Amino acid sequence: MRYSGLKVFLEGLTGNRGWKPVWRDPDPKQEYDVVIVGGGGHGLSTAYYLAKEFGVRNVAVLDKGWLGSGNIGRNTTIIRSNYLLPGNAHFYELSMKLWEGLEQDFNYNAMVSQRSVINLYHSDSQRDAYARRGNAMRLAGVDADLLDRKQLRRICPFLDFENARFPIQGGLRQKRGGTARHDAVAWGYARGADSRGVDLIQNCEVTGFRISDGVCTGVETTRGLIGAQKVAVCVAGSSSRVMALAGMRLPIESHVLQAFVTEGLKPVIPGVLTYGAGHFYVSQSDKGGLVFGGDLDGYNSYAQRGNLPTVENVCEGGMAMMPVIGRARLLRSWGGVMDMSMDGSPFIDKTGVEGLYFNGGWCYGGFKATPASGYCYAHLIARDEPHPTAAQMRLDRSISGRMLDETGRGPQPNLH
Amino acid sequence: MIINHPLLGPRDASEFTYLGDASLIDRPDPEADDAAKQFHDYVYLRDNPVGEHRELWFHEHGDRSWLVVTRNTLTHEITRVELAKDVAIARGRRR
Repeated sequence: MRYSGLKVFLEGLTGNRGWKPVWRDPDPKQEYDVVIVGGGGHGLSTAYYLAKEFGVRNVAVLDKGWLGSGNIGRNTTIIRSNYLLPGNAHFYELSMKLWEGLEQDFNYNAMVSQRSVINLYHSDSQRDAYARRGNAMRLAGVDADLLDRKQLRRICPFLDFENARFPIQGGLRQKRGGTARHDAVAWGYARGADSRGVDLIQNCEVTGFRISDGVCTGVETTRGLIGAQKVAVCVAGSSSRVMALAGMRLPIESHVLQAFVTEGLKPVIPGVLTYGAGHFYVSQSDKGGLVFGGDLDGYNSYAQRGNLPTVENVCEGGMAMMPVIGRARLLRSWGGVMDMSMDGSPFIDKTGVEGLYFNGGWCYGGFKATPASGYCYAHLIARDEPHPTAAQMRLDRSISGRMLDETGRGPQPNLH
Repeated sequence: MIINHPLLGPRDASEFTYLGDASLIDRPDPEADDAAKQFHDYVYLRDNPVGEHRELWFHEHGDRSWLVVTRNTLTHEITRVELAKDVAIARGRRR
């Protein structure tokens, strides 16, 4: 069933009785060409691009819970490609280009809204750093412009420009950045994959890998043994637990990141804003709620909830940047479990086991990467060689010394 | 979270900074033949378990002691707090 304005109109006239479930609920087959472990955004987009771009259709996506039950439903919906390092910039720009054509591509309204992302700066040295980043972005073919205080004041008059401690001097803007409707991204990819023959199997937990002589030939699950020529793991947040089943230790710690939303307000924030003197980022959803977040809680955690000192810290960041936010009432807060890698960058790579592939370590950045992560992972699985834009996202980069450390903080996961 | 400091009693976790897995106490032998590999694994690889986790916390806004805290990563419940110095000496380090 194709969605269109006419379809919505006709259904409206006939009591909306014609809508049907958009994906099947199949039982697992005994054998697949590719089994993807993890039915979140990245797993579903991998399945979609495998089927659509690489002609691999005998694919199953397994999930322990329901589709999109992890971080694709718990993030702050920001999309951007304002990265500094070459190993990241081209990858995230590929993602941005895929975002731009996504809704037409999979015929689903993901509410992609390029309302711009602005990173604020508060000192001369920070302006220089952002000018450098903006230049690096432009060299990588990404749009960037540096705003001074006057230009920024026209766009965001409510900011605390005269803050005594951290006066706002301007910002680095990526106009093509913005937000997307997170759940709809998962649903759109799920529908697109299912309609091309991919089996989406929910409530099916992987309990082990079938590995003999260094070759992975399938997975053991709570719904029986499922054979596969290739097994692709895609379970950010739980990567260490799942890969431990295959005997691997990863350069990853799991940390909890909290997010917040206020009651619905009239439009006030024109795009995504990030604070430069602390860690705080905010946007406004189409329903009107201010969606914001900040730092990790900072300790290993698999609990999808955090502690109060971090709530206070995030809210202090918000108050310092835009005191007007103090008038908004907080509606909800929640937490998600992040794969924090040692250099703050992700992995899309083969493993030491033939036929076993790994995608994870997304830190804060998983949502914006969803399209490119799926595309590059599908490329790796189908052709057994990395996509050029993801060629540096290797599991062995800590051995080879080719780290992708955007912030230069070293191997301390809770600081990335 | 409240961390029950062995010397100072219950203290709020926000007085501390977090380093990570307490296996960082067991620094590899630099003289070993495979020292490079051992140090790589020591610096970069983590068990990252679900459930009980022994980890290093630094009492930055307190007595500046290092603690080994045994905490559940699923419930955040803290079951044991020791001075890292005692743990290190028990594991054969000089200090």
